[in-house]
Amino acid sequence: MYLYDEIDQSLVDERVVQFRDQVRRRMSGELSEDEFKPLRLMNGVYLQLHAYMLRVAIPYGTLSSEQLRKLAWIARKYDRGYGHFTTRQNLQFNWPALENLPDILAELASVQMHALQTSGNCIRNVTADQYAGVAADEVVDPRIHAEIIRQWSTLHPEFSFLPRKFKIAVTGASADRAAVKVHDIGLVAKRNPAGELGFEVIVGGGQGRTPMVGPTIREFLPERHLLSYLEAVLRVYNQLGRRDNMYKARIKIQVHETGVAAFTEMVEREWEAIRDSAVDLPAGERERIAAYFIAPRYAPPGDAVATHTRHLAEDAAFARWVETNVAPHRAAGYAIANISLKPIGGVPGDATAEQMEAVAALADRFSRSEIRVTHEQNLVLPHVRQDDLYAVWQTLRAYDLHTPNLGLISDIIACPGLDYCALANARSIPLAQQISERFADLDRQHAIGELKVKISGCINACGHHHVGHIGILGVDRKGEEYYQITLGGSGAEDASLGEIIGPAFASDRVVDAIETLVEAYLGVRTDGERFLDTYRRVGADPFKEALYGAH
Amino acid sequence: MSGKVICANRLRDGIVVYLAAGNEWSEWISRSEIARDDVTAEVLLAKARRAEADRIVIDPYLIDVTEIDGEVCPVRYRERIRASGPSVRPDLSKQNRVPGVSGEGA
Repeated sequence: MYLYDEIDQSLVDERVVQFRDQVRRRMSGELSEDEFKPLRLMNGVYLQLHAYMLRVAIPYGTLSSEQLRKLAWIARKYDRGYGHFTTRQNLQFNWPALENLPDILAELASVQMHALQTSGNCIRNVTADQYAGVAADEVVDPRIHAEIIRQWSTLHPEFSFLPRKFKIAVTGASADRAAVKVHDIGLVAKRNPAGELGFEVIVGGGQGRTPMVGPTIREFLPERHLLSYLEAVLRVYNQLGRRDNMYKARIKIQVHETGVAAFTEMVEREWEAIRDSAVDLPAGERERIAAYFIAPRYAPPGDAVATHTRHLAEDAAFARWVETNVAPHRAAGYAIANISLKPIGGVPGDATAEQMEAVAALADRFSRSEIRVTHEQNLVLPHVRQDDLYAVWQTLRAYDLHTPNLGLISDIIACPGLDYCALANARSIPLAQQISERFADLDRQHAIGELKVKISGCINACGHHHVGHIGILGVDRKGEEYYQITLGGSGAEDASLGEIIGPAFASDRVVDAIETLVEAYLGVRTDGERFLDTYRRVGADPFKEALYGAH
Repeated sequence: MSGKVICANRLRDGIVVYLAAGNEWSEWISRSEIARDDVTAEVLLAKARRAEADRIVIDPYLIDVTEIDGEVCPVRYRERIRASGPSVRPDLSKQNRVPGVSGEGA
């Protein structure tokens, strides 16, 4: 993992001192709310439906056990005993008091954490593949470049007041677990025919009220030019982005309205002017950062595989968890263990302080003290020896963290919705709970197979509904909660946007509608065909017919 | 019977509060002062703006309420959730906390 140097540490420490003084001045009346609001937002402090909310950055989704333990401690001491992992790989506290927030930030800084770049029109916290460094299908650990981007973007004076927020996602693997095509910039590491490392650069994807799958504006950018090229993209955006209309201010609108070819030409022209300047990182600095992400030395597997195989044969419940929640690791005898934060009927992404501490302890014992956070609101232990999986699972079971549903219908992404969010039009979480309960039978879930349900409580799409195989969007219709269903979206390497299937449903009809869609799918799928692939093959008609045919 | 009450967030901790009689701010909508006409509503709003200037609350605004069996109930479901707490965490609901015991006060 990356460790702060003196510059990183002094930056977050200074920010705590500044914020403490800003809070003092707000409480004493020296600052009005209008003056204070942009300052608190620069430190991740929002005012939500019930209280303040603190959004803590977890850069590229990597956490140490010490950091996770600190989050648990903060949850218990300053909040109400739990936190919420978000679709941006961040963690939100729902109940912090303003008067305690400077102390909370100081606690975070003590473990090299902060809430920078979690709000405002800046380059937001960079996200990455949660299997970074351990994925079998990876050309490079994307956290090296995510960390380089973090250092480049933090407090970047030119990009602190962009037309709108700006999100960058990085992956080093062929399977896209970071949703790179629906970010302002998506970077996919790859090698050219000469074996050199570089990036495919995707610009102008996004969700929200105008969802778009981002086009590739450069097939291969040599690695050494990463920062100058990003800077060129940001400069073009900063100059031409629509500051007059916040609904048209994201770069996706600019790319769309300018045209991909013309936009690309502008970026390339800007890049020509700066590509050999001091913007790009010296090789030595790149190597310094990369050294933090060198893979740990894995002990020879010995009889790990044989022991694991025996555990699988002895315990069917464990075997089922392994089948869904454990992914192949690049090192022989090791595994990637996914921890579902979606227990049946639970709140997607929520974890109690006790659960966080249990995961931190597991990481210390079995995963090199390292944890990952996924944009699908789950956790990952990235370095588990196969013969330790059984012990990991037994502990997870004791904390209700063992639900074997990764990628299945109950592994639902849901934004906080109107239960917490001041922007929401409708609730998301209760719907996720009801769907999860309707399909609680694990045999049924496994028979249905991969099916990604994503729920947003408003058009801002924090719940990624546009890229759900089944997407659900909450709307307010004359004071009632209604839900619009979209089908056929994907946030993966085969990215696509879901299509609205028909009129919205009242809240008490949605779960039945989802079940109807699932039954329609089961009726027309071929062997082993995912819901998404069936939808792409047969189109919307059989689903429309099932949902609305009787009317 | 319908009317309007003032809700806001308390500055120091952000908790949702309602303007009650005697210029007090209560976490419980049941204690709120109800305006039955527009003139009274404006008076309440003016009081709330003074409390905002005095740094007691932020973002005060009027909401529509009705009385059902003597209980004050917001008309919009957004405000009902705001008054009672997250619907998915009944353990954190204001209904489960006893007025005057857990954090009541200005």
